Amino acid sequence: MIGNVTSLTNNGLRDWLLQRFSALILAVYVFFLFGYFFSHPNLQFAEWHTLFASNGVRILSFVTLISIVVHAWIGIWTVTTDYLKCVYARLTAQVLVALVLLSLLIWGVEILWSNV
Amino acid sequence: MKAKRPVNLNLFTIRLPLPAIVSILHRISGIILFLGSPILLFFLQQSLHSEETFNQLKTLFSQPMAKGLWILFLAGVTYHLVAGIRHVVMDLGYGESLKAGRATSAAVILVTIVLTLMIGVWL
Repeated sequence: MIGNVTSLTNNGLRDWLLQRFSALILAVYVFFLFGYFFSHPNLQFAEWHTLFASNGVRILSFVTLISIVVHAWIGIWTVTTDYLKCVYARLTAQVLVALVLLSLLIWGVEILWSNV
Repeated sequence: MKAKRPVNLNLFTIRLPLPAIVSILHRISGIILFLGSPILLFFLQQSLHSEETFNQLKTLFSQPMAKGLWILFLAGVTYHLVAGIRHVVMDLGYGESLKAGRATSAAVILVTIVLTLMIGVWL
């Protein structure tokens, strides 16, 4: 049986689970950043730079980037399959979104690891 | 079944109850967050690039206009997060009745407003 070819995993339950799992990681990252900003009023460049030079924060940020790609893809896939009934319009929108998300991932990795 | 039943799928004339509004706002905020993510990444790049670009960002965020837009964006983040937590709670089997669904919908909006006000005051 063929599912929907544009769905991330071609399996509704797996998409559903990945959506929740990536959401959890994104929530952790949001709390981490809010907590950091809250505990560092009047933040200076040196501190901020040191934070992102640590491998732990880099890896957490990288995992967050992947979660953004997965989470946004499943979310926007759902919204576009619901509202864009014209196949050409839907596929065009989905291709554009996929390109944006992959670019974000590559750009994000560049930002995280070019910061020495 | 009657061949021609009256069907109304016009989003502008359908009456949306509160849980439906919360649901559509979850989608709309999700799209806004997606559209905002390249800007966030740009801010991250500028903040890490050099002390000069870091301070430029700080100056930018002290402008009332930029600050207002930033608070609006953070309201979107907060809303999406809170509505998402409601979703997961329902996935776990809690609050699935109509009454509970209406109550938690109202709670999502209320909590978002309170948290956004707190963020606004803090910034």
